[in-house]
Amino acid sequence: MNQPESRWSDHAVEQVIGRLLQVGVLLAATVVLLGAALLLARHGAEAADYSVFRSEPNELRSVTGIVRSAFAMSAPAIVQLGLVLLIATPIARVGFTLVAFILQRDRTYVWITTLVMVLLLFGLVFGRGAA
Amino acid sequence: MTILTIATFIGLGSFAAGLLGSLTGLGGGIIVVPMLMYVFRVDFRYAVGASLVSIIATSSGAAAAYVREGYTNVRVGILLEVATTAGALVGGALTGIIDPSILKILFGLLLVFTIYRSLQPRAEHEILSTPDKWAARFRLDSTYPTPEGRQHYSVRNVPGGFVLMFFAGILSALLGIGSGIIKVLAMDQLMRLPFKVSTTTSNFMIGVTAAAGAGVLLHLGYIDPTLAFPVMLGVLAGALLGARLLTRANVKWLRQLFTLILVVSAARMLYDGIRAVL
Repeated sequence: MNQPESRWSDHAVEQVIGRLLQVGVLLAATVVLLGAALLLARHGAEAADYSVFRSEPNELRSVTGIVRSAFAMSAPAIVQLGLVLLIATPIARVGFTLVAFILQRDRTYVWITTLVMVLLLFGLVFGRGAA
Repeated sequence: MTILTIATFIGLGSFAAGLLGSLTGLGGGIIVVPMLMYVFRVDFRYAVGASLVSIIATSSGAAAAYVREGYTNVRVGILLEVATTAGALVGGALTGIIDPSILKILFGLLLVFTIYRSLQPRAEHEILSTPDKWAARFRLDSTYPTPEGRQHYSVRNVPGGFVLMFFAGILSALLGIGSGIIKVLAMDQLMRLPFKVSTTTSNFMIGVTAAAGAGVLLHLGYIDPTLAFPVMLGVLAGALLGARLLTRANVKWLRQLFTLILVVSAARMLYDGIRAVL
């Protein structure tokens, strides 16, 4: 099963995964909070209506567009960047699990984890779903 | 209403949903979408987008604690994540095609199933100890902490669990939920994992499943930042507080309150969906 002599025992991996998830969520929440404060300061008094779906503008829909607009200090884009960091947190967790399985020389799970990673990145980068 | 006013109320409502979901152990995701739709008049698609990103935050926060306690079966989680992420990508692709009225009916039916499951007593089934062909192939058998020390358990029906997880992934992206209820059903009932292992491994998988779906919904323009921030921050704060209060809270009347909210949401979702289809 697991190799107790390895530095990357299942237990050690679990500890790092736990910490990674906490840090990721905290970081994402901080960026969202900063963007939200800026958004409310600039646009708080404007009217809000979410009852009709219009889809978001292009610069808030792709990772590259969000990063570019966030660096231009667009408040909605900073919130969106925080949400992208949130989406990236479980992906980073899968990435770390992959490294751990490589170090454990667990070939079956290296393949399985790679597959999960590919599916996740496909959704975030291309956003085409399975179609 | 202004953005500031509505964000304040949505933040408070989401906080309550996160708190209630965490205290009852049923997850807040399933009541966030009905709340946004019927209390705040948010379009179904925006509600699904905001709910799905908030689920990543709460499940990752809770999973962090459970993984370190040693309940989570990481191998079972990773293997089944192949099915849930593939399902979430399929669900994301379907979301633009399926009429929202049909999705409301589906949501209503899932709420009915959740009510049914939450009213059933939680009986721990027999823990199996003999290995199964698939479980041995993927080395899924493991141990979990009990008051008498770590106990060994075996895993059953891996293909069946895999198929059910694929559908859990589809529903997650379509409805903006974690579909923990179906994940636990697959692991506890089909694969015969101990109940605590099933719930914590489900939580571990929900973040990854929701991330796959959220990536697709982001590209579809379902994630509105002015709506998503009060939902995400509110649900996260509520869930974190809930985790702290858990040992002191009177869970019984909270569960009854939660069930009542589920009943009202189910009735409204089914009524809306069926009326639009007819």
